[in-house]
Amino acid sequence: MTIKSKRAKSPISLTTEALVVGYDKAIVKDVDLAIEAGKMSVLIGSNGCGKSTLLKCLARVLKPMSGQVLLNQQSIHTLPAKQVAKTMALLPQGPIAPEGLSVKELVAQGRYPHQSFFKQWSIEDEAAVTEAMQMANIEELADLAITDLSGGQRQRCWIAMVLAQQTDIILLDEPTTYLDLKVQVDLLELLRDMAHQHQRTLVIVLHELNLAATYADQLIMMKNGEIYAQGTPQQVFNANNLKAVFGLSAKVIKDLESNSLICVPSNTSNNVSNNENNKAGL
Amino acid sequence: MKRQKWLSYTGIMIMLVLLTLTFIWHLSIGTKTIPISDLIHSFYAYDESNFNHLIIQELRFPRALIAACVGACLAVAGALMQGVTRNPLADPGLLGMMTGGALAVVYWSTFVDVDSLVWLPLIAAIGSLVSAMIVWSIASRAPGGLTSLNLILAGSAFTAFSAALLAIHHLIDQQTFEEMRTWLVGSLLASNIDIFYWCLPWIVIGLLAAIILAPSVTALSMGEEVATGLGINIKKRKWQLLICVVILTSVSIALAGPLGFIGLVIPHVVRFFVGADYRWIIPYCILLGAIYLLFIDSIARWIIQPQEVATGLITVLIGAPLFVLLVKMKVR
Repeated sequence: MTIKSKRAKSPISLTTEALVVGYDKAIVKDVDLAIEAGKMSVLIGSNGCGKSTLLKCLARVLKPMSGQVLLNQQSIHTLPAKQVAKTMALLPQGPIAPEGLSVKELVAQGRYPHQSFFKQWSIEDEAAVTEAMQMANIEELADLAITDLSGGQRQRCWIAMVLAQQTDIILLDEPTTYLDLKVQVDLLELLRDMAHQHQRTLVIVLHELNLAATYADQLIMMKNGEIYAQGTPQQVFNANNLKAVFGLSAKVIKDLESNSLICVPSNTSNNVSNNENNKAGL
Repeated sequence: MKRQKWLSYTGIMIMLVLLTLTFIWHLSIGTKTIPISDLIHSFYAYDESNFNHLIIQELRFPRALIAACVGACLAVAGALMQGVTRNPLADPGLLGMMTGGALAVVYWSTFVDVDSLVWLPLIAAIGSLVSAMIVWSIASRAPGGLTSLNLILAGSAFTAFSAALLAIHHLIDQQTFEEMRTWLVGSLLASNIDIFYWCLPWIVIGLLAAIILAPSVTALSMGEEVATGLGINIKKRKWQLLICVVILTSVSIALAGPLGFIGLVIPHVVRFFVGADYRWIIPYCILLGAIYLLFIDSIARWIIQPQEVATGLITVLIGAPLFVLLVKMKVR
């Protein structure tokens, strides 16, 4: 396979050191994080906890206020942009599909960091695009306009674009938002295959807790801009942590067939009345 | 993709043929009918005593060259502007350069030098450069920095402001208005080969830069985060692209005055045919922009012979209906 030979043999590390990121004031506070190579890490946390901000800083969209992001021990914000893009890809939330771009043209944009003015479209580029489209299962859509597709198909195309970039690390910001459950499951299975069968390192921000617990190798729970817990779902996906991170009273049960963990909100009505009492008290 | 590529290359060939044809048509049109043999001879067997040769080489050839280059520059500047701002209504005038250039020329001819047209291109270029710098600095000082929205807002405000100044001046000063009104709608009447040679290096730099930067414009049009992920330094690239737009636009204003419409519409027409990838949009804009302005300028000189209509007006009068027709054909 061309893809494997192109990528580095030893796994590439992605870590942060005392990272502080924000817009006007710090949203992510003093985060030390090491992403496990070849695994699917999922960032979860309540709205505004800084998970997307952290991902944006890993992806160089935001500059750190202090601290640093290290890619193979080198500060990512000082490395040449194109060089980093050969190792790390990003699928942001709500990317814009330009009108009139065909699926194949969109996927081909992923080859940008591998090209230059003197090295335009190569055989490698063609192979990478074909392979990415096979992996994302969108070959039959190749000549359609991206704007004519359904949400799920479109998201597959964007994922194919980042796959065509042939990077060791892929960052995805809420790739399943607004999609049907079946489509979400399909996408997450595709992404899990990327990590397990193709040794890619994935960092994904997800909203859906049960899906996160089912598909993640590593769960990273964030609260108020800090990392509250990190580990396998078995280690960290429990009632205490859910209560602490989300303020959610829930039972965590194990599906005996798949061994995956599921949270079921409990005593919802009591909670609401409690909260109301608290507010009234304030 | 292979089939599409093949189609796109064929398209380029067809456009090159069309460009040659419109160029020849442009040369052959004029008050004096010149036989095609004289036209051809004037290029490889130039005879100074032959009046036809003189007309072709001294008047018509420079004008055709300028028309082709201005058309190409404006179309490319418009395409880049639309890509960078992700706004389909963006055009080269968005940075306030068209009205800014016009204002500079009008003020110059009123307060400094009424008679001389020699300095006009330079003044126009300087005026449009200064306008771009003003809009640019307003936009980058606004909260959020040089974002598309800030650029559009600052540009629109500045354009409205300088257009009002221009209108006031027209009301007060009849004479300048009389002298300048042809230039102000965009015209190739005063085109001059010496000025063209001054502009040529900038045209080459601007168009080459546009071709080289084209792939990253496609990436930028998918959103700044996607472009960052693909390894583009957004801030630096935006600067480069805007400088490219400023060069191409000020050169066009120097050569043909504030010529609107081309920069807005030609990129859209091109997109109808080649899609959304700037790798193709830019070369097609160069060719179609050149063909279009040559065609329009030919009509401007031909329609009420021996008089001629200002090219800037014909650009819109013929272009707008054609564009509407194209949109209807596309939508079906």
